Amino acid sequence: MNLKRTAFYDIHVACGAKIVPFAGFEMPVQYGGIIEEHKLVRERVGVFDVSHMGEVEVRGKDALAFVQKITVNDAAKLAEGRVQYSAMCYEDGGIVDDLLVYNMGDHYMLVINAANIAKDVEWMEKNIFGDVNLKNRSDDISLLAVQGPKSLATLQKLTNADLSSIQYYHFVRGTLAGVDMTISRTGYTGELGFELYFPSDVATGKKVWDAVFEAGKEFGIGPVGLGARDTLRLEMGFCLYGNDIDQTTHPLEAGLGWITKLDKGEFNGKQVLVDAKSAGMKRKLVGFTLAEKAFPRHGYEITSNGEKVGVVTSGTFSPILDKGIGMGYVPLSYSKPGTAVNVNIRNKEIAATVVPLPFIKK
Amino acid sequence: MNFPADLKYTKDHEWLKVDGDTGTIGITDYAQGELGDVVFVELPAIGKAVKAHDSFGTIEAVKAVSDLYAPVSGSILEVNKELEKSPETVNKDPYGAGWMVKIKLSNASELSELLDASAYKALIGQ
Repeated sequence: MNLKRTAFYDIHVACGAKIVPFAGFEMPVQYGGIIEEHKLVRERVGVFDVSHMGEVEVRGKDALAFVQKITVNDAAKLAEGRVQYSAMCYEDGGIVDDLLVYNMGDHYMLVINAANIAKDVEWMEKNIFGDVNLKNRSDDISLLAVQGPKSLATLQKLTNADLSSIQYYHFVRGTLAGVDMTISRTGYTGELGFELYFPSDVATGKKVWDAVFEAGKEFGIGPVGLGARDTLRLEMGFCLYGNDIDQTTHPLEAGLGWITKLDKGEFNGKQVLVDAKSAGMKRKLVGFTLAEKAFPRHGYEITSNGEKVGVVTSGTFSPILDKGIGMGYVPLSYSKPGTAVNVNIRNKEIAATVVPLPFIKK
Repeated sequence: MNFPADLKYTKDHEWLKVDGDTGTIGITDYAQGELGDVVFVELPAIGKAVKAHDSFGTIEAVKAVSDLYAPVSGSILEVNKELEKSPETVNKDPYGAGWMVKIKLSNASELSELLDASAYKALIGQ
């Protein structure tokens, strides 16, 4: 397969990025180092190129009804200018993808995971009814995430839009760095931050990138790769599709009950989820920390008294807590914070404790 | 990237510095760059016998864990205790303060199987 490049590829290379194949793209995994980039976002401001993410526009008279059918959250409650975290399910309740739904006024924009674009679009097309028009805009849109406590001060220099008035999970259409774009107060880091959607041509990308870095210079702004994106999201307990959620997990056991509106009317997977809820959950996605210097990784076994009780879905070193953290599915009886379990790391049982998510309090 | 000419190298990206019948072992500049931020190094007990090509420890980076393979056979004389407190030293100074173990060589003939700097550079495409 031919790997795609975002509009920022040359910039990443010039910044000294280590480039890796990811979801069909050549993406920067790190520049200086993951820990340094992680702390930059927690303490100051960092910029992620996440242009590999997919965007699908939904238009037509039945656009809302379509979004309601394919997603688990209640899009009827989503006012224009607001964003909603949601998920698409198969009829069996398994997750097709998690996504953001934007109410753009005259249409909806669905922001989906890069690795799932083809699969998601196919699934959406299969579910079309009535007057619904889908347009896959993934190749037309660049997406930069500017995240960290100094993100607002950085971006405010570049726009007349009052960024401090944009609430979490709201967005505005505005001009920033001379480019018309969607300025969204969203992110995958747990920090104050914005995501900027704008046309994907290289010249526009360079214009925005350069302006953001000039504006953020006084705060020590820097580029951040996919490596730190993963450690940042994991410290917040945010799910990653393909690791923590997939077609074999459903939203309720993944801790996504808060976005799953079983009372909103019909939607894909609803009956299975209603049944699962009334039958009682069998397992649950939990977070855990490790007592000693050892790091859980995707696929390691979670054990208790030598018996396997679950599998690690995500795990890493937490730069903020300076210890191993992970998430995984365990039977309900092991899901209470404070429960002692073990993680099997290279045939050693390492003590772990179930903790409430997020791992770090913001 | 730097590959000192006085070291011997393995295909698994370790280096060995020989001084009489003692060898010092670490990972190469290339290896530390590929691993990224090192956050923990698990090293063997002093006195442990190791065989060439066998794993003698593990190195945890933020993204992944890797085995450390012994370039030669011998017994562990010393481990770098400083790495417990400052594992990032492996990234900062892979051939110096980032060394991992010292080993008493048990079979000097194994040295001829190791790569010199130019052969190692060729291996990693430098």
